[in-house]
Amino acid sequence: MPPITITVRKMSDRILLAHGSGGRLAHDIIQNSFVSALSNPVLNTLDDSAVVEPAGRLAFTTDSYVVQPIFFPGGDIGRLAVCGTVNDLAMVGATPLYLSLAFIIEEGLLVSDLEKVVGSIKETATSANVTVVTGDTKVVNRGTADKLFINTAGIGTVPADVNISGHNARPGDVLILSGTIGDHGIAVLSKREGIGFATELKSDCAPLNGLVAAMLAASHDIRCLRDPTRGGLATTLNEIAGQSGVGIRVYEEKIPVREEVAAACEMLGLDSLYVANEGKLVAAVSPDDAEKVLQQMKKHQYGRDSVIIGEVKEENPGRVVMETGLGTTRIIDMLVGEPLPRIC
Amino acid sequence: MKLVSEFRQSDLADGLVRSIRQHARRKARFMEFCGGHTVSIMKFGLRQLLPPTLTLTSGPGCPVCVTDNADLDKAIALARVPEVIVASFGDMVRVPGSRSSLQEAKAAGADVRVVYSTLDALTLARANPEKSVVFLGIGFETTAPTVAASILQAAHEGLKNYYVLSLHKLCPPIIRALLDSGEVNLQGLICPGHVSAVIGSRPWEFIARDYNIPCVVSGFEPPDILQCIDMLAQQVAEGEAKVEIAYRRGVSREGNQTAIGIMEKVFEPAPARWRGFGEVAGSGLKLRPQFARFDAELNFHFDAGPTVIPRGCLCGEVLRGVKSPPDCTLFRRACTPARPVGPCMVSAEGTCAAYYHYGEEDVR
Repeated sequence: MPPITITVRKMSDRILLAHGSGGRLAHDIIQNSFVSALSNPVLNTLDDSAVVEPAGRLAFTTDSYVVQPIFFPGGDIGRLAVCGTVNDLAMVGATPLYLSLAFIIEEGLLVSDLEKVVGSIKETATSANVTVVTGDTKVVNRGTADKLFINTAGIGTVPADVNISGHNARPGDVLILSGTIGDHGIAVLSKREGIGFATELKSDCAPLNGLVAAMLAASHDIRCLRDPTRGGLATTLNEIAGQSGVGIRVYEEKIPVREEVAAACEMLGLDSLYVANEGKLVAAVSPDDAEKVLQQMKKHQYGRDSVIIGEVKEENPGRVVMETGLGTTRIIDMLVGEPLPRIC
Repeated sequence: MKLVSEFRQSDLADGLVRSIRQHARRKARFMEFCGGHTVSIMKFGLRQLLPPTLTLTSGPGCPVCVTDNADLDKAIALARVPEVIVASFGDMVRVPGSRSSLQEAKAAGADVRVVYSTLDALTLARANPEKSVVFLGIGFETTAPTVAASILQAAHEGLKNYYVLSLHKLCPPIIRALLDSGEVNLQGLICPGHVSAVIGSRPWEFIARDYNIPCVVSGFEPPDILQCIDMLAQQVAEGEAKVEIAYRRGVSREGNQTAIGIMEKVFEPAPARWRGFGEVAGSGLKLRPQFARFDAELNFHFDAGPTVIPRGCLCGEVLRGVKSPPDCTLFRRACTPARPVGPCMVSAEGTCAAYYHYGEEDVR
């Protein structure tokens, strides 16, 4: 008699529409790919809502991540989805506590790619000291999403004595930037289909809540914090000038740009002031505390290259003026539309 | 060599500015032909460094801006043809034609892809054999050789689904048209650096000879432009008119013979429509008859519809150098980079966009 063989149904190596159906496959992927990796008591209950008990003033934010390609030098869409939301919380001085995590997956995504992203989420969440407490998965037909979209929402608590807002910058405040600009945008562009160029550059994608905690420990006079993501430093400075009704003056020579970012920008016809960052912040700090805050920032791994780039002025409310290396000045405007490469 | 930072040092610029002040004792108006120069001049605030005797006027050297609405409409109509992928350099997709832009056509379902080089367009054609890939050939002598090379490559590979809509334009003929119009009174011409890297400085010699206007080819970094302005001012001071090169690291008198050869192999001169100028004889490039099978114009049926120029838009006058963006009543009001009326507000090289982004003289 021939031996009896039992075929064990292996998990598919690609995401199928059925993985989003709510049935057995959906249950499997939630258990095998998400819960096992991100395990914690709140998430593990798998109830319809996570129940948490944060104390104090709550900060609450959400963001969706659609980066292409999903893996890029220095990070991936998972790391980005944690850092982006953690940083949005940190920019109001909140201590990030809990994240939600929702996936929209294009049918056909490699399960191994999904698990790599989830592993990266786990690692980043751990380093940022936040917990993923709830989540959701949808699978859509091939072609109706680009591999993987992630939405995260985050909750954090804001200490009673912290009042940080884009509206709070005052004339005389000093502007501190936490490091080089444009690293993320250029690193991602370098790997994008149809553009690809060789560079050692890595995305700066990083959670900034630790850096912000160190800054808050050094000063009660941090007026305003922003992470210059899409739209770059130029857009962020314009937002602060507009919201606070103040003028901003920055010095081109003080703004750190890596040589490879500057060269890529020249080649592509982009301006590094408008290129995205995912691990940098700009702070408006009272002049008395600026040096103290700067020193604390330089001690932190994500703020080593921190530098004072300018100051808040009474003149030209709502406008950002840059003094160039040649001693001339020019207006720095907000980004309009997608930055696109030029012809010649 | 550090390609960027080395050229942005203020001590280098200081010396040049002192020299310009010495030479520019007589009033003079120089035109920077190229949009890339306009952007550098505005971005680095170079006008602030010049003595009051010198005036800079922007010229027609922005390939996107000079593309006529009728040609834009063609590109947009082509994008709407089923099974056609239109591949374009990024600048073009936002430019409004008579009724729409490529960006809007894309949002409505047309397949429009932004590429960084013609090689990417060829890759698209290879990857989509069931579709037709039309590359929008927009640009001056700088880009035309790369488009020509893509056609030669497609011919070599036997690619059957690659086409070019050739809207290329040539710089020397339009400068002649500009000078012949008598509308602008120039004492010097800042000649385009990238175009000259291909065609050399020799094609500008007629300007010095026939029109007695000093010409200096310039690079794009602040010291390049300041050096160019200084050389022009010196020619004016000495009553000379000759062609000089302030961009030796990129430009020779004879140009890039390989690039010129490829361009001439594939293209031949043809009349072209320029925004602001109308049709100018011999100022465009069309595919030679032996490359007709790559010519999008000949191989697709499309209806571009009637051409409409938006009322009040002064892009044409700005491109001819007779108006400056703030002269336009739409500037900063009805026309902004977010809602552009004319192409000069869209392109990265556009004069209106450069003035909009960098040019508020009252804010210091």
